[in-house]
Amino acid sequence: MGRRLLVTLLATAVVAGCGGPADHDTAGGTPSGQPVAGTVTVLAAASLTESFTRIGAAFHRAHPGATVRFSFGGSSGLAQQITAGAPADVFASANPDTMTTVTDAGDAAGKPVTFARNQLVIAVPKGNPQGISTVDQLASPGRKVALCAAQVPCGAAAQRALRAAGVRVTPVSQEQDVKAALAKVKLGEVDAALVYRTDVRAAGDVDGIEFPASASAINDYPIVALRAAPNPSGGAAFVAYVRSEPARAALAAAGFQRP
Amino acid sequence: MSLDAHLVVRRGDFTLDVRLTADPGEVVALLGPNGAGKTTALRAIAGLRGLDDGHVVVGGETLDDGHRRFVAPERRHIGVVFQQYLLFPHLSAIDNVAFGPRCRGASTAQARAVARDWLQRVGLAEHGRKKPRQLSGGQAQRVALARALATGPRLLLLDEPLAALDARTRLETRAHLRGHLSGHPGATILVTHDPLDAMMLADRLIVVEDGRVVQAADAATLTSRPRTDYVARLVGLNLYRGRADGTAVRLPGGFTLRVGTPHRGEVFVAFPPSAVALFAEQPAGSPRNTWPATVTSVARHGDALRIELSGPVVVAADVTAAAAVQLRLEPGRAVWAAVKATETDAYPAGAAGPQLP
Amino acid sequence: MPAVAGLTFLVLPLLGLLVRAPWATLPRRLAEPAVLAALRLSLTTATLATVLCLVFGVPLAWLLARGSFPGRRLVRALVTVPMVLPPVVGGVALLLVFGRRGLVGGPLDAAFGVSLPFTTAGVVVAEAFVAMPFLVISVQGALRAADTRYEEAAATLGAGRWTVFRRVTLPMVAPGVAAGAVLCWARALGEFGATITFAGNFPGRTQTMPLAVYLALEQDVDAAIVLSLVLLTVSVAILAGLRDRWLGGAG
Repeated sequence: MGRRLLVTLLATAVVAGCGGPADHDTAGGTPSGQPVAGTVTVLAAASLTESFTRIGAAFHRAHPGATVRFSFGGSSGLAQQITAGAPADVFASANPDTMTTVTDAGDAAGKPVTFARNQLVIAVPKGNPQGISTVDQLASPGRKVALCAAQVPCGAAAQRALRAAGVRVTPVSQEQDVKAALAKVKLGEVDAALVYRTDVRAAGDVDGIEFPASASAINDYPIVALRAAPNPSGGAAFVAYVRSEPARAALAAAGFQRP
Repeated sequence: MSLDAHLVVRRGDFTLDVRLTADPGEVVALLGPNGAGKTTALRAIAGLRGLDDGHVVVGGETLDDGHRRFVAPERRHIGVVFQQYLLFPHLSAIDNVAFGPRCRGASTAQARAVARDWLQRVGLAEHGRKKPRQLSGGQAQRVALARALATGPRLLLLDEPLAALDARTRLETRAHLRGHLSGHPGATILVTHDPLDAMMLADRLIVVEDGRVVQAADAATLTSRPRTDYVARLVGLNLYRGRADGTAVRLPGGFTLRVGTPHRGEVFVAFPPSAVALFAEQPAGSPRNTWPATVTSVARHGDALRIELSGPVVVAADVTAAAAVQLRLEPGRAVWAAVKATETDAYPAGAAGPQLP
Repeated sequence: MPAVAGLTFLVLPLLGLLVRAPWATLPRRLAEPAVLAALRLSLTTATLATVLCLVFGVPLAWLLARGSFPGRRLVRALVTVPMVLPPVVGGVALLLVFGRRGLVGGPLDAAFGVSLPFTTAGVVVAEAFVAMPFLVISVQGALRAADTRYEEAAATLGAGRWTVFRRVTLPMVAPGVAAGAVLCWARALGEFGATITFAGNFPGRTQTMPLAVYLALEQDVDAAIVLSLVLLTVSVAILAGLRDRWLGGAG
């Protein structure tokens, strides 16, 4: 009883978040190969907000009958919504682990594919006032550094990268997500933070410094169509479109690497 | 210490303008109906309200001149017993009494000793640890009095000190209060709407109506020679105002009353209801005022019945129950009223005397 | 009927927590030092924040209830703004003032090397900012309802303003102050948005229970439920205890 209530509530939340239920009637029985139409509901990691919004618009131009509706959020939260029965067509995650919770629950239609990769950089205030150029400078005493908490993907990646670099950093704060860590840099509350290159690119008013050890903490972004999709053909078409050349260009522009 | 006050307070349409003096040891009552401004006057003396004009001088020190000088209530050394006593509900009786001495710089122990002494004096020595809600009305009144006196005030103000008590407690507490007021070396101002309280407790009475003093007198003068309907009603007299020419006083309605002593000009004529005799027929006989009247109401008044009558003059008469039965007195009954000239009292109204309504 | 529906709506989610709780592993999870550290930090900071609110909030409530100055209505409205402001926005606002580059924080850092963000003191400040209006409103209401004639009586006995406030006003509005303090404490205990934004999240230093719950949700729903249960139990126990002792008459 408790579980069913939780599922219903989450599903309601997702539908409400997307602005209304998907248009099931026109999309429901379309066999594959038919023109793509209807609404495609995509749950995507928050770091994909800028690039996917652009890709969604391009997709609509390619398939004028179809509209993409996005719900961006933390990958693990989205995965929980999917396993709780949220009606969506596509899931794009910021890391393979959260994707695994969806595939393990049997909610994926097919195997996830990696469509982009992201890498950590050192985010510093615009102009790099403290002249930070290497990752070991983050360990110097008095330096205020924000990392993501180990529980969230960017935090796990930061741990891996720092271990590979052989640097021990004691952060002043373990932020709940990458945007929060970045915000602390923007406000000047910390001297540096380890965040994804795409986030630095999107923020604009911070500088990103590449560091070699980040290669050992590269983040794969997998995407998959969902089994309980209200619009399966639309979902499949969107997954295919994300791997097309125009979409890859949009992702690269946002700072992602090719898989 | 003495009080010399001219209190002018404006509040919307209402203006209080009262002159008031009291010598050391003297008890002065401010008597008047509700809304007359008595409490406002008291608050102005205590400093709980500033004057708009006039002055408050206690023992030669100006506490308020209505303009530049205003001494805050906590610096006035004026004791106040409030109408509902306002004992601090969270403090015991002894701590209520000790509050003042404590504020005046006494140590806790000293303040307690003073408080214990005062509770003893008001006869509540064994009630010191009780909270106000555990005290009876009379006890609360005495604690409030002890609290006000424990600071050794140079002036004591009492606002309807007995109004919150039931009739029996009132009698007892009044006697008790009288004892303490006579022991207080400073001046005391007592505000009340009850003439009995005022006459029993005060040396001098000041009657305030609608923000103004209408009569200032001792109890004997006030009861025998009232100057307003309000006072006359309070002391139970029939009161008229008219123009005297010898022993004939012509009232505004045209009716002429014969009085015992000759006067000239504006006078008041007063006589008690017991001086009015009622008859079924017009009585014969010499020095009487007689007129036809109609009974408007009959009510019990002590051992007698009080009869209100209309006619050329409105008058109240007291008759025995037997007479009432014999005359079949009931509203609407036409009778003859008579008052002997010698039983009336005529006294000059004075040029600036207040007008009757 | 609407009353029953209302009650159900409030209680059912709590029941959901109980039904979904991983009872089998509960003792082991509870004994984890991280849980205890977060709980201790939460209780300490909420209590300190309440003390801070009492020290500054009660005089403020007095001013708002009794003072007369131009723009009093506006100030009254301003005081309640943190109640309607999303706490995250409150956190950002605090950063802009008390942060390293902030209006006050900047000079403070430069002169004394004192910096609030990322410290336990920062948690207390964030909680106090969000919780203070609850105290102020409660105390202000009590003050406005209190009979000012007792204060006049105290003045005639020679008590100055401060003595009147301390010995008469405050004891008389004590139930209101207690109710306000409890509300304030409860709000501080549950504070999340302003805390994580202003004070950040570091176990043992700024990671309070709500922050621990939120981060646990990222990985392990069961752990989050356990943490929530602990918070729920502690707050219900304390609120019930205080209510009986202090608020019997007022509640």
